[in-house]
Amino acid sequence: MIRHGRWLVFCLLCQTAVAAEPDPLNSPQWEAMHTRFLNGEPYTFDSKVTVEAPPEAEDSLNVPIALRVTDLQGIQEMRVFADLNPLPHVLNFRPKTIAPNLAFRMKLQQGSPVRVAVKTADGLWHVGGTYVEAAGGGCTLPSLGTSSGDWSKTLGQVSANVWENPDNNRLRIRVMHPMDTGLASGIPTFHIENLNVKDAQGQVLAELDLYEPISENPMLSLDVGKNTTFTLEGRDNNGNKIAAEVTP
Amino acid sequence: MKRWLLMLLLVNATAVAESFEYPLQPQPVATDTYVIEGKTEDFSKQNGGFIVNTGFIVTTAGVVVIDTGVSRRFGEQQRAVIEKLTGKKVVRVYITHHHPDHFLGNQTYTDVPIYALPATRDGIKAEGEMFSGNMYRMVGDWMRDTRVTPPTQDAKAGKETVGGHELEVIALQGHTAGDLVLFDHTTGVLFSGDLVFNNRAATTPHATLAMWLTTLDSLQALPFKTLVPGHGNVASDTAPIQQTRAYLQWLQTTLEDAAAHGLDMLEVMQTPIPADFQHVALVQHELRRSVSHLYPALEQAHLKPAKPAE
Repeated sequence: MIRHGRWLVFCLLCQTAVAAEPDPLNSPQWEAMHTRFLNGEPYTFDSKVTVEAPPEAEDSLNVPIALRVTDLQGIQEMRVFADLNPLPHVLNFRPKTIAPNLAFRMKLQQGSPVRVAVKTADGLWHVGGTYVEAAGGGCTLPSLGTSSGDWSKTLGQVSANVWENPDNNRLRIRVMHPMDTGLASGIPTFHIENLNVKDAQGQVLAELDLYEPISENPMLSLDVGKNTTFTLEGRDNNGNKIAAEVTP
Repeated sequence: MKRWLLMLLLVNATAVAESFEYPLQPQPVATDTYVIEGKTEDFSKQNGGFIVNTGFIVTTAGVVVIDTGVSRRFGEQQRAVIEKLTGKKVVRVYITHHHPDHFLGNQTYTDVPIYALPATRDGIKAEGEMFSGNMYRMVGDWMRDTRVTPPTQDAKAGKETVGGHELEVIALQGHTAGDLVLFDHTTGVLFSGDLVFNNRAATTPHATLAMWLTTLDSLQALPFKTLVPGHGNVASDTAPIQQTRAYLQWLQTTLEDAAAHGLDMLEVMQTPIPADFQHVALVQHELRRSVSHLYPALEQAHLKPAKPAE
């Protein structure tokens, strides 16, 4: 009851500012996320934008996440963040000519909202998200590659495949990389920073910025229209290059 | 009047919450043989982790216990119930496999030999502490003072007569790397451990599906009269074995097809459950878990090395 009263007073005070929608996930970090990842710009919680994830993480090192956007034109940028992760920024995705669908896996340190904010050409952020319960520890463990010491033999190697479907071909990519978060004692941050997917003519289909919470040996799934041949270009934060050609 | 009722309810709820009494009710399932059936639920602070079947055989030499439950409290209460009901001492314990709901009651039984397959003993040494930590998180104070107590003896495959019961240890695998099945030839009771689930979805964190399916065939061929699954009701026929087999076959086919068609993990997790399994407890939940456990290896098999570019 008292809380309610305070909230009312607070609302009256802030009414002149942006007419903020209440966070459907009721996160204590939402305002901080809004400032940090949406640059404090106008937003709306929009059911056209969804984050799919299991309600509970079976493996905190590999939580499957899928982004889906329906009926939203003029997408400039998609930002994924997890409010309560020690490293909240997960990835940025800029689909240029392909569907705004992406699936990947991430590390969660504890239960947290996982959100995607989609900026459209009009400057408005459309936000979707879901809550994932997690046992914890996903971010503070060393990668398996670093623990076993054999990461250097496979660093940057790409395996992939293309499936031709009637509506949208599916591209799946796996890049060998430890993706160390820097939170495990004595193991510095080491992760892929960006990855561009181009078609056979060299036109950029999508750009990705990856951050520490992306799981080791990132596995990405994209819906790529009628394309069947791709080149991948990217680099990690130590300057190691990723370059590969994918054919069906 | 209403207030008094409310107060009574509150007092009652507090008493129940603080007593940490598991509702253990041993059911006779054959001569000299009892099963304490757990709920077909997931671990929760409400059930305290009492989601597993444990059993015991009353021999002339004393009582043989099969699995000790999820916590120190469970093991203590299990032993007290057994000794009160039978008036006999426990003489040995068998642990069917290394999952936490089956062995974390061991610390009550340090004065008797605790038998398990070598792979189970290794599994508990390697993963016991992690399991125990996970259990504290999931069922809370029910776990108080529970310590990982590994089995002390290697169980050897073969027959041995204990107090007039001809007991056969059968060493199998599939659900885990070490699945001990105890077959009492004297009564015809088969304790299958988690190789068999009955109307409760099978769990796969350490499973090898192909091996598990082969193992189920060998279990079905045994001349048992009573089947005690690791989870779900005791049965007198092979129906639970067939159900477990059918579910695992569906799971294997579903995962392999999905990987061959380039589906991502979440798409596989959303696979509709066939009508045959829709009544099986926790099936959607366990499908999601199984995708996490088993899908990564399968999907990688459908990727090809990409050609390095300049």
